[in-house]
Amino acid sequence: MENPTILASGIMDEDSGSIQRIIDCGAGAIVTKSIGLQAREGYPNPTLIELDYGMLNAMGLPNPGINNYSQEMSELRDPKIPIIGSVYGANPDEFIQLGQKMEEYDASALELNLSCPHAKSYGLEVGCDPKMIHRITSSVKEAIKIPVFTKLSPNVTNIVENAKAAEKGGADAIVAINTVKAMKIDVEIGRPVLSNKIGGYSGKAIKPIGVRCVYEIAENVGIPIIGVGGITTGEDAIEYFMAGASAIQIGSGIYYRDLDIFKKICTEIEQWMKDHNYNTLSKIIGVAHI
Amino acid sequence: MNIPRITKIIESKTEAENIKTVTFNYPQETIPGQFYMIWIPGVDEIPMSVSFIKGSRKGITFKKVGEATSALYNLKSDDRIGIRGPYGNGFNIKGKHILFVGGGTGIAMLAPAIEQAINYKIKLTAIIGVKNKKELFFEERLRKNGADVKVTTDDGSKGFKGFASDLAKKVLKEENIDAVLTCGPELMMKTLLDYCKDISFQASLERYIKCSIGICGQCCIGKGLRICMDGPVFDGKTLKNVEDFGIYRRDSAGRKVPF
Repeated sequence: MENPTILASGIMDEDSGSIQRIIDCGAGAIVTKSIGLQAREGYPNPTLIELDYGMLNAMGLPNPGINNYSQEMSELRDPKIPIIGSVYGANPDEFIQLGQKMEEYDASALELNLSCPHAKSYGLEVGCDPKMIHRITSSVKEAIKIPVFTKLSPNVTNIVENAKAAEKGGADAIVAINTVKAMKIDVEIGRPVLSNKIGGYSGKAIKPIGVRCVYEIAENVGIPIIGVGGITTGEDAIEYFMAGASAIQIGSGIYYRDLDIFKKICTEIEQWMKDHNYNTLSKIIGVAHI
Repeated sequence: MNIPRITKIIESKTEAENIKTVTFNYPQETIPGQFYMIWIPGVDEIPMSVSFIKGSRKGITFKKVGEATSALYNLKSDDRIGIRGPYGNGFNIKGKHILFVGGGTGIAMLAPAIEQAINYKIKLTAIIGVKNKKELFFEERLRKNGADVKVTTDDGSKGFKGFASDLAKKVLKEENIDAVLTCGPELMMKTLLDYCKDISFQASLERYIKCSIGICGQCCIGKGLRICMDGPVFDGKTLKNVEDFGIYRRDSAGRKVPF
């Protein structure tokens, strides 16, 4: 990777045109929309709202299905940066099939979505049990050659157990965190705003949760960690690096600072390093573990 | 915060067969061509372009076509809906003689732009193209406000018999038009773009919109152009480079659907 900023799954990454635009905006790598075996329409609107300190969404994993997605992947001719295929499934077998397809489509790595908080029988529903995380990660690892990243949810009692399970299952990296389960009720009409009622909270409000999770995971596992959750500035990224992340993902940040947030954050990281006399990123990673 | 605000419907008025205008109090300044997300609690939230602007009173005009529009159609004054926005860019109303072409319900969102052009004292011609006269609306409103209005119907039940684009071709030949602003079926708009070689062109596009604030990617066309943020109005130069314009749209799962 030329820089440590990665587009998080679910944002401007359902079609090749959008992905190309994000590449042109300076992202170091792309994670695709989470793709399943079958096409899924997602939930009716409202699916995404902005609250005081972040965004709340329950899109419902909309995606064209893995077979249709081959076209989007093939349209990304010579993407110049790694394209990481995100997939969701209900069991190890589905994850294997999806992983094999993504490998066939030339994905550089695979991200296992074991953490979406708002889709019945997927995501967090298979990703809150360390045994299941281990089973899914290890079976996918056996089936494909490209690196496998396991994306974890903060909506659990002990994220460290899950990270250890992913490491034991052979994951090449941990991605932490997915969104935080939350709800917004409209008090005028007395009902939840999102059609799915419950959604996942992202953006600035969840950064301290993400930083804590990355920090705890870094204390307990040896594989690299990709930090995600509420990063909108270079300084936010630095904080994640200090917690132990070797790269970071950006999602909601696009809303706050527009599509060129990738370039902006890279410039801010460089400036921060210059101001603080760091010449390589690797010297910052994990420094907060005192 | 980008979240629906609950407001009461002031009036729900029938414009033509299965077509209604709903007005409400919504003070946010809105440019012709911008849209709101209209939340019908318990049903859906859908994008709707502004069709009526009078101070803090705004309105939307729509045809009953699906679950959400049917539910909205059945609401009465004092019923509550949620509104957020306005979103998108809106039209750039400039020219010496503008031709407006509204196909189907497209005239709904062009009407405020036409009225603004009248306020700017710009010469204009407005074509309203519908299948038959039962679907015709806003003809009287626009005439009353001083617009030169021409009507086309596919079946010849009123005005010029044929497509709006057919009449537009004729007008472009006969008049010294320097700008075309359009909204309607995408194939019609693509045909118009082909007619506008040296004429400034703006078209308002429609796609399935989910987040409405430019992050989910659902409404993207071409190289990641977001209908909800970069549009819904695009100029001719941009559209000439959008390979999906007039060819396909994407359904709510992101699958390509040909027009």
